[in-house]
Amino acid sequence: MTLDMFIFVFSAIVAVFGATMMISQRNPVAAVLYLIVSLVAQAVLYVQLGSVFMGAVLIIVYAGAILVLFVFVIMMLNLRGKEDLGDNSPPISRATKYIISMLMVAEFVFIVHGSVFSGPGGGMLEAETVAGFGSVEGIAKLLFTRYLYPFELTSILLLSAVVGAVVMAKRREIHEQSDSGSVSIDNDSNEGVK
Amino acid sequence: MLEMVLITLIKVLVVVVAVLTGCAYSTYMERKVLGRLQNRIGPSYAGPFGLLQPLADGLKLIFKEDIVPSNVERITFALAPMIAFIPALLSFAVIPFSSDFELFGYHITGMLSDLNIGILFIFAVTSLGVYGIVLAGWSSGSKYSLLGGLRATAQMISYEVAYGLSIIGVILIANTLSMRELVAIQEGITNWIIWKQPFGFLLYITAAIAETNRAPFDLPEAESELVAGYHTEYSSMRFSMFFIGEYANMLAVASVGTTLFFGGWNGPFLPPVLWFVIKVVAFMFCYIWLRATFPRLRYDQLMNFGWKVLFPLALLNTMVTAAWVML
Repeated sequence: MTLDMFIFVFSAIVAVFGATMMISQRNPVAAVLYLIVSLVAQAVLYVQLGSVFMGAVLIIVYAGAILVLFVFVIMMLNLRGKEDLGDNSPPISRATKYIISMLMVAEFVFIVHGSVFSGPGGGMLEAETVAGFGSVEGIAKLLFTRYLYPFELTSILLLSAVVGAVVMAKRREIHEQSDSGSVSIDNDSNEGVK
Repeated sequence: MLEMVLITLIKVLVVVVAVLTGCAYSTYMERKVLGRLQNRIGPSYAGPFGLLQPLADGLKLIFKEDIVPSNVERITFALAPMIAFIPALLSFAVIPFSSDFELFGYHITGMLSDLNIGILFIFAVTSLGVYGIVLAGWSSGSKYSLLGGLRATAQMISYEVAYGLSIIGVILIANTLSMRELVAIQEGITNWIIWKQPFGFLLYITAAIAETNRAPFDLPEAESELVAGYHTEYSSMRFSMFFIGEYANMLAVASVGTTLFFGGWNGPFLPPVLWFVIKVVAFMFCYIWLRATFPRLRYDQLMNFGWKVLFPLALLNTMVTAAWVML
């Protein structure tokens, strides 16, 4: 086994292990931690594919920012894994989640099988193996030339989502007649700490 | 092949030992300088000029009892100090300490690894450091810790935006993300990026102090309100790991600042690595100076400052620099 192969197999196993542990954990903080482990392993996979920039962005954006917000929310609500996590839901909704996840797995298998392993050069791989692919320069060039409009549209979409979130937060505040916009922690949410 | 592996291992060892020693003597420097700034003399009993004080502190902490309170989340409680400590050390992997040199006939590069996205790597690993603080606060099962952890999360997310934006000006001017090339284009004092980005540097140092939870932005560990914040329940070596992590983070920020704005190891007469150390020490002195000068902000002031002052200014700096580079 070459070193490349070893790194690939190791990080692939860690990524899948982290993902599996994440969905099987009762404790929400432990679940988030396993998700971080999985993300770091995925970043290693990106780096190995030569897409160093994507690997770094994955860590900065997901592990460094979005998941910190998850942890923040979990801490604010003080979830400790004792909550109802869907065990009492009706059988029909439990069946639905299994069916949908099965369909998704089938879809992934179909896509991966159809694109990566078909054809002599391996489908998708041969199309974009140009010089500098995955480097900062390569991504920037594609992003600001061929994909400029999708890129700008995405940023407008994100901006409207931010504005929407602010509007909704503000509206609830008016209903509750609270006086300031600062974050306040009420005593109930800390009951479990005592 | 084996020689290369061996050289790399020795380099890693040297860097880790140097950084840890740096952390230990940063505490000494902090106490000494802070003492002088407050009209005291600081530590002076252990060894000449109190130079053995960090050693004495370390020994004391190792022999202290390791207390684990009864209602902590045990695994997370044990993991948190390590998570706070390791990312801080990792960022030194891409910092150039010195120019390349020959030693015993081997060509040795002055950094551990020359990634072409070096600066992004540093931001990626330092952004993971917040988990140590957050998890320590959450797992301790104490209100003070939890509040410290919550404050740390909000603060570090808010200031990371300005922190990231403050260096975009530098990247636009340098046209590279590699730490080695950043140093290479700053040869000679007139080429230092600080002259082209003075405003960017002010933004960088402000956001960096907030990112490393130092005074006047040390709200997560504000002793007047939160006892000790996120590490209230920690003792012995686990407690000291948070401290080593904090000082390693400060050193990392100082090293990155030196590399980005002050020409890294470039300098006349003295060996490059010495220049690097001098610049980092000057940076650390500013940290301590600021701590001795400014009172702690209130929490809402801190958030307002981050989002309503620092963030727009960083955006403005990015836009002006981009326009300037285009012309």
